[in-house]
Amino acid sequence: MVRPRVHKNAAQSTQAQETERQLKALFLAGLDGDTQCYHAFLQALGGNLRAFLRRRLSNIPDEIEDIVQEILIAVHNARHTYLPDEPLTAWTYAIARYKMADYLRGRYRYEAWNEPLDSQRQELFAESDQEAAQARRDVDKLLSQLPDRYRLPILHVKLKGLSVAETAQVTGLSESAVKVGIHRGLKALAAKIRGTT
Amino acid sequence: MKTDDLVALLTNHAEPADHTLVSRRYWRAMLISAVGAVLLLLTGYGVRPDLPVMLGTPLFWAKLSFPALVALGAFLVIARLARPGLPVGRRWTVIALPVVVVGAAAMLTLGLAPASERLAMVLGISWYTCPFSIAYLAIPGFIAHFWAIRGMAPTRLRIAGAAAGLLSGAVATLIYCLHCPEMEVAFWAIWYVAGMLIPAVLGAMLAPRLLRW
Repeated sequence: MVRPRVHKNAAQSTQAQETERQLKALFLAGLDGDTQCYHAFLQALGGNLRAFLRRRLSNIPDEIEDIVQEILIAVHNARHTYLPDEPLTAWTYAIARYKMADYLRGRYRYEAWNEPLDSQRQELFAESDQEAAQARRDVDKLLSQLPDRYRLPILHVKLKGLSVAETAQVTGLSESAVKVGIHRGLKALAAKIRGTT
Repeated sequence: MKTDDLVALLTNHAEPADHTLVSRRYWRAMLISAVGAVLLLLTGYGVRPDLPVMLGTPLFWAKLSFPALVALGAFLVIARLARPGLPVGRRWTVIALPVVVVGAAAMLTLGLAPASERLAMVLGISWYTCPFSIAYLAIPGFIAHFWAIRGMAPTRLRIAGAAAGLLSGAVATLIYCLHCPEMEVAFWAIWYVAGMLIPAVLGAMLAPRLLRW
């Protein structure tokens, strides 16, 4: 999906400047303790991030919301590092880019993200998308607590839909180990959800 | 969790930002860095016996100003790198300038000296321990400055780690000057720089693990 970007640039940069002004006002008020402004800031920023990421990561649409949330948490935790005189766009963009790269690096366990992004900075605030998808975050979080011999079989068979034989091949486990792993892993997950371990 | 819920949750934890937190953290790290190096110096090396004489010697102050300027430059760079989206810009030159000046002065003094003495000027009497002593004195600062940066939000981890390592190395060198008897510029140009580079390189290597957030 390559869209013609050239003639959009002027409109985009005006929109980006407008968003910078609005978001910065909300954010600064939020830093001073105005929770309503802070809420509005995070909400609006989430929309910008969502649109930004959807366009860039169209190959993993299910994970966009996870990354949006990662970035929002990061922005929140790093809010004391913002200098009021600096452009909010640059600050937010640096965090978004860092978290996106971090997420993808963890995902591929490999530096697959080499696309130069600096020229895209203006686009971050240029569009907004307020429709949030339900994140897979909770399942992922629970799964990540399991040891690999349980986690991988569940991941491949239950979430990705591979057969037991295929999973055995991918993970290097034996077929019986995959079956046992699913069985015990699901039990362990259930225990974690009930909070008994 | 839905993003709307997350936003609500974060909003509930949005107490007003503490503007003094950052500078307090930096100062504490600087203090630990310097005091830690002094303690290691006093316990392991001692102060050079002619220090009172040295305090009146311009060359000694020139020697001190070399690591002091590098430390200043490294600090200016870190203060930028620790915040997302800030360009470092020309602050690099504050680090480069003293190194270049000392390097040029070293060439000059070596050029003016008779060829037979040049090697002795470079090696001094402690070249094989000097860089490692500096790296040793840098340990408290290394930990402290990494701790300070971890409280910020660096997005270029390796380079931030290198700058933090360099800062600890420069402070350590400054303190080490109270012990080190070497007074040849050529010696400083090689072995002091090597000593500062050890924690800097280590910092760059460890940064992706230590500074990830």
